[in-house]
Amino acid sequence: MTLPSLWFWIVAVMVTVYVVLDGFDLGAGAIYLIAAKTNEERRKVLRAIGPVWDGNEVWLLAAGGTLYFAFPQLYASSFSGFYLPLMMVVWLLMFRAIGIEFRAHIENLVWQEFFDVLFAVSSILLCVFFGAALANVVRGVPLDATGYFFEPLWTNFKLGPQTGILDWYTVLIGVMALVTLAAHGSHYVALKTGEDLGRRAQGIALLCWPLQFFLTCISLVATYFIRPEVMTNYAHHKVGLLVPILVFASLAVILWATPKGREKVSFVASSLYITGMLVGAAFALYPVVLPARDHQYDLTIYNTSAGIHGLTVGLVWWALGAVLALGYFVFVYRMFRGKVQLGEGHY
Amino acid sequence: MGLALLIVVLKTIGLRRNDPVYHQAARFWGKIFGINFVMGVVTGIPMEFQFGTNWSIFSRFAGGVIGQTLAMEGMFAFFLESAFLGLFLYGEKRLSPKAHWLSAVAVFVGSWLSGYFIIATDAFMQYPVGYSKAADGSLQLASFWDFVLNRWALWQYAHNMCGAAITGAFIMTAVGAFYLLSGQWTEHGRIFVKIGVIAGCVFSILQIFPTGDRQGQLVTDHQPVTLAAMEGLFQGQTAAPLVLMGQPNDQQGKIDNPLEVPGMLSVLTYRRWSAHVRGLDAFPKQDWPGNIPLLYYSYHIMVGLGTFFIAVMVVALLLLWLGKIFTARWMLWILMLSAPFPYIANTAGWMTAELGRQPWLVYGLMRTEDGYSKSVSAGNSMFTLLGFMGMYMVLGILGLFLIRREIENGPLALNLPGATEAQ
Repeated sequence: MTLPSLWFWIVAVMVTVYVVLDGFDLGAGAIYLIAAKTNEERRKVLRAIGPVWDGNEVWLLAAGGTLYFAFPQLYASSFSGFYLPLMMVVWLLMFRAIGIEFRAHIENLVWQEFFDVLFAVSSILLCVFFGAALANVVRGVPLDATGYFFEPLWTNFKLGPQTGILDWYTVLIGVMALVTLAAHGSHYVALKTGEDLGRRAQGIALLCWPLQFFLTCISLVATYFIRPEVMTNYAHHKVGLLVPILVFASLAVILWATPKGREKVSFVASSLYITGMLVGAAFALYPVVLPARDHQYDLTIYNTSAGIHGLTVGLVWWALGAVLALGYFVFVYRMFRGKVQLGEGHY
Repeated sequence: MGLALLIVVLKTIGLRRNDPVYHQAARFWGKIFGINFVMGVVTGIPMEFQFGTNWSIFSRFAGGVIGQTLAMEGMFAFFLESAFLGLFLYGEKRLSPKAHWLSAVAVFVGSWLSGYFIIATDAFMQYPVGYSKAADGSLQLASFWDFVLNRWALWQYAHNMCGAAITGAFIMTAVGAFYLLSGQWTEHGRIFVKIGVIAGCVFSILQIFPTGDRQGQLVTDHQPVTLAAMEGLFQGQTAAPLVLMGQPNDQQGKIDNPLEVPGMLSVLTYRRWSAHVRGLDAFPKQDWPGNIPLLYYSYHIMVGLGTFFIAVMVVALLLLWLGKIFTARWMLWILMLSAPFPYIANTAGWMTAELGRQPWLVYGLMRTEDGYSKSVSAGNSMFTLLGFMGMYMVLGILGLFLIRREIENGPLALNLPGATEAQ
């Protein structure tokens, strides 16, 4: 495997870890207002994600940093091209952070309600935006010979040569991301809490399942329809067939485990489902990293990667950093394992 | 970042002496650190995005080098800091005192590492080393250690971290002084003043010498035109005077109403009274920093305040040593009112560094006007800039409001819903 390929997979894995980890706290935010009714329940949800959400979000920053390091040209093109939606993502991330962190500072209904809504709405919108972002990458963007592009928020919601951030395909994937992460968050809330709150979360997860199944099937068909090239890698490398098997097996396990109240199994299966979907997308794209609507301008790992010396040196410190980060996460999640108890620390 | 250091100091003393007052003090500052940290996280996220969104041509040009430090910041600093801050703030009951102390140390190390990686990135823009040019004109990493251990980065880092420590120390001292002046929580107030004054004195001195002095030497050697603009030296001269005060007049190329120390600038830069210091006239006008008066004032405000910090903290330390500081109301007043000055000095210092680098984005390699995203229209940039200005103002007010509340509630406050039950 060449160095740029290796770094492609490292970034893909980091993004996947980000979506699995931050996905459950985003999802917890998405179901927050309907699952948690009383102040005590809301505090429990926040308590369940409080010590870990920021660490989870660091995976986004670390994946972004690693992307910048390994594929600077890709970072430059995509971040300037997706200027407007990224600015919205930044705002939503900011709102969500203060929604989680500032709520507990003042015990006053008005104050708390404000931050509750801020947290929930920004979580919901972030789920949709991240889905739409992924869809934009899969669908391709109007890159030209300069290697740059600029996408408006929408054009006519069709898939012409001049695309916008939002069209029927990206909205579809955005909705799918919201349903997936809401279900993922529900499994987590059910796992970390219990009683009425846990049961309500379980109910939401069950409600999401048919939608998730239906949207998964539609999205696969739609993706093939708008970009038949996604099948090339699958046709050449049979190992890719593990991806659909993983996706549908995980869905089956979720359907089996959730009504039985086996929260841990459901949560793991939900994580595997997300992993399968994202790795599958990366597998379909490789070695393209940002497809152009006109394929001669595709950005690939070869025309965007940093110098070979830099990539080689990076392997050393990246491996060290990844081992350390893994250690912290295992330690922190162990410290906060088990059901949430109110009555210690914040929230 | 300064506060992270002081919290470690408080925790260490608390652990050594097994003194609950120090643990309460650490918890109190931990809460304030938590509020600051949220501010830092939310205002820091746009920074990383900005490299790609607003400075894409620069990123394409220099990303092969500075991507190293930016990615390392994520891998080494952010993970450490965020993972252990959660433990420090929410895990005191679950952890042994030693483990809790260790989580405070981890937060400190994480935040200080983060500082290094970002300064190393800035240092590359100030003084690029360890790179080579690829065929397409972009920069590639040539020597990892030359780049990461850039001389400029080491001194700039030391200088910057002293500034952070001074800020933490002045804020801690000011809160302590406020408690002593108003006669509440005096036991904690004394600890805050004592630790704040000792740290403040040490770091104020280190700020000027050696770190500030060495930083000045680097500017003299590698950015002489910046030095001339900072000092307001329009014409080069031997035995150049140091302008203490005066207003630069760039139309006529002179300082109005100057108050000068003859020969001093030559001594500070070249260590000789008679040395010749090049003025702005020695350089083509297109290489002058764009806004000379602003640069000049930023630099002079920074140095003026730095001198003031030493004066205040040396006197305060003397009073502390004599055992008189807790009753010297005049001194406590000065210490309390000095709280905003480190923020002004830090901002002025960064303005000096960044305005001084102009017109270059990467010194000598890329001009600022060539580095921004051409694909993003000015209207879109303006729209988002205005948005951020508004948002940051709201965040600033919110943060100040919450911190003021914590200070008012005092170090023993159990105002958090969870905390009442935990005690």
